[in-house]
Amino acid sequence: MKQIIIFTLLFSSICYSQTSSSSEKASFKVKGVCEMCEDRIEKGTVKLKGVKYADWDILSNNISLIYNSKKINLDKIHRHISMLGHSTDKYKAPEKIYNALPECCKYETNSIH
Amino acid sequence: MSNFLKCLFLLTSFVSFSQNYFEGSVGYIDNDGLQKPLAGVSVFWENTSIGTLTDSIGYFKIKKLNNSKKLLFKFLGFDDKIIKVDKETYSEILLTESQNVLDEVIVNKKKKTIQKSYFKTQNITNVSSEELLKAACCNISESFDTNPSIDVNYSNAITGTKQVKMLGLESPYLLITEENIPMIRGASQVYGLSFIPGTWVESMQITKGTGSVTNGFESISGQINVELNKPFSDSPFFINIYSNNMGRNEINLHSNKIITDKLSTGLYIHANKNDHILDNNNDGFLDHPISEAINLFNRWQYINPSKGTVVFLGYRFMSDNKEIGENNKNKVFIREPWSGEINTKRFDSNFKFGYVNPSIPYQSLGFQMAYSYHDQDSFFGKRNYLINQKSFYSSIIYNSIIGSTLNKIKLGLNYSYDDYDELFNRVSIDMMSSSQRIDNSIGGFFEYSYDSLDEISLVAGIRYDFHNNLGNFFTPRLHFRYQPLEKSVIRLSAGTGRKASNVISENQNIFATGREIFLPKNAGNFYGLAPEKAFNYGISFRQGFYINNREVDITIDYYVTDFDNQVVVDWETQGKVSFYNLEGKSYAKSLQVDLEYEFSDNLFIKSTYKNYDVMKQYKSGFLQNPLTPKNRFFTNIEASTSTKSNGSKWKFDLTYNWVGKQRIPKHNLSLVKGFSNSYSLLNSQITKVFSKKFELYVGGENMSNYKQDKPVLGGYPFGTDFDTSIVYAPIHGSLFYIGLRLKS
Repeated sequence: MKQIIIFTLLFSSICYSQTSSSSEKASFKVKGVCEMCEDRIEKGTVKLKGVKYADWDILSNNISLIYNSKKINLDKIHRHISMLGHSTDKYKAPEKIYNALPECCKYETNSIH
Repeated sequence: MSNFLKCLFLLTSFVSFSQNYFEGSVGYIDNDGLQKPLAGVSVFWENTSIGTLTDSIGYFKIKKLNNSKKLLFKFLGFDDKIIKVDKETYSEILLTESQNVLDEVIVNKKKKTIQKSYFKTQNITNVSSEELLKAACCNISESFDTNPSIDVNYSNAITGTKQVKMLGLESPYLLITEENIPMIRGASQVYGLSFIPGTWVESMQITKGTGSVTNGFESISGQINVELNKPFSDSPFFINIYSNNMGRNEINLHSNKIITDKLSTGLYIHANKNDHILDNNNDGFLDHPISEAINLFNRWQYINPSKGTVVFLGYRFMSDNKEIGENNKNKVFIREPWSGEINTKRFDSNFKFGYVNPSIPYQSLGFQMAYSYHDQDSFFGKRNYLINQKSFYSSIIYNSIIGSTLNKIKLGLNYSYDDYDELFNRVSIDMMSSSQRIDNSIGGFFEYSYDSLDEISLVAGIRYDFHNNLGNFFTPRLHFRYQPLEKSVIRLSAGTGRKASNVISENQNIFATGREIFLPKNAGNFYGLAPEKAFNYGISFRQGFYINNREVDITIDYYVTDFDNQVVVDWETQGKVSFYNLEGKSYAKSLQVDLEYEFSDNLFIKSTYKNYDVMKQYKSGFLQNPLTPKNRFFTNIEASTSTKSNGSKWKFDLTYNWVGKQRIPKHNLSLVKGFSNSYSLLNSQITKVFSKKFELYVGGENMSNYKQDKPVLGGYPFGTDFDTSIVYAPIHGSLFYIGLRLKS
């Protein structure tokens, strides 16, 4: 019985200690057309230090983010994504990087597929 | 779950734009249940000519009007839709396809019915419900005939029961879960898989090697998880009828009702009957039992995306009766005929609750609890076997991240309680032996996963359990994945597993023999047998490449299970079955090579070679496991015609199995001494799909008609040399079946 109590206490304390105050949410448009884009955008973004979570939706072209505002600001995230070759509603991707995208990801000429 | 997460996220996080505009995206749900955008949809305010078209991603933006609040969507082949726009600025609109226009022909890549992933850290194969259709009959224990990772054997000559093996080890060393609740264990070990109707299954996940710590310490050689149909996603109505030339008739009925957008319920009914008296091999015994079963399941599903909650509630009742024994119809006996009955009743109920924090999608909490009551009342000639098991299981699991979603953690607790009550005869004419036992355990686990999102991922888990009979112990498990190239992946896994051996219920084929049972002690929790403990480790390599633009896939798996302690079940001496603790070595080494090739859009071939080296120290020597072929070869060919506009097509499936020689335990009446011959089996099925709603199938099993000669040994069934346990090949000859599926 003692063990059960200890476990429960341990468990609940971890559950409720997770609320971090510096976490912020953001959502903006990132251009892309395919599942490969999704992979590139999500992976490329979540690997950024300070970004906790990234989910990009192919249909709406929306990226949803949770990030630590003490470690990174939103502008940096925008810029980083545009440097991956995917234009955001703030920064356009450099032409050179865009041209190097895989064929299926060329969102200026392809439609969602 | 990930779809749910996405949908939650979509609903909760949209950008707010200026109030003067209304924007949104238009899509539809395709046949695979995926949301797809619609481009070129006319969007205009009702009774006006002000409008726009959606762009290539289905997106539109339209200026709000004062005189019209109703927005109309029009697109050829889809029903018109009107939405009311008030203060909102964004919406997602789903159009539904019109029923009265001709279906368009959609060409897409066929999904494999058995899917292996390059990205999962563990060696998990997903088996879809479509794969399960390939073995049309009837329950899960029979559904692995077309699956190369799992071997199906007959467990004896008279009960018609099939036993599954993985990595050369019997099913008790597997953890079999139903939606991650341990299910087939203890009393239900032998017949449990046959109590899950195949049509109830949405998909199965087969993990090779040590499993995740989240489901307990029991999985030694692997895990099979069965996902059942969910009321929200299953068809509103489904009926399946099956009948074969050996008198087996089955019916499955599903009815699902969506009550509100948050609540739905499903009722699943299965019944089977076989009253056909059959003795094709002329051994005087029925080839299969006369049987009758009913299985009812009602489940409720509640989802609330805005709050992030999912709830499942289900309960189930099952009754199964089998009559076995000598064919005493049209035959005069001068002695009492040998007969038996196996009657099982089972009740299951479970409750599941899941919560995903809508604003922090990577945090989630899951809770589940399950209660089951299992009662088997059986006799085999003059031997009785009664077992009753009451089980309670509960677990809570919390998911979160450290830093970012590259580092995930799982943390939780499991509690399990099992109350066993067992009565049996050691020999034919004997006092009943009885055993009562309560197993009680609580364990905590922690699992960390790292995913670099490209080459490397790993899952490291540890759990600590307090068990009233097994003691307190750690269970560590590790999985590692390295994917140097897009189409090559190496996986490593290692971990320990333990198990309280329910020796009698796991080896019920003793009772249809004259063998006397020898246990170290006559009483006590485990009759003086120590808990089983094993270490499993393995490596898997997979390489994909292209020939003629078609994908070829090679997988090589090598797994080793090393037993620290095992309960040795010794059938080596005629007239005896002895159980004792392992003294010496016991291991199972398994090598599997899979080759898959897609010849064309409509032709797919997979072949497998398996080599098992399963050795154990018996009192009589270091021997290969009996009735376990060292070599096996498997080929499955799947073909279909192209789908016509009305959804109709033909599907063909052919499975060839070659089973190598097997060591046969000594018995002076056995026709086979030493090793059995190798043999081949051929199964085939043809399905005519008439439309998405209706299909007919016919098929044959064991079409080459290979049968074991004289599977029942012993002239006098109440004598000590009577034995039905030495079975290495099918009991029946060829079997043919026909059936239909109808859904709406």
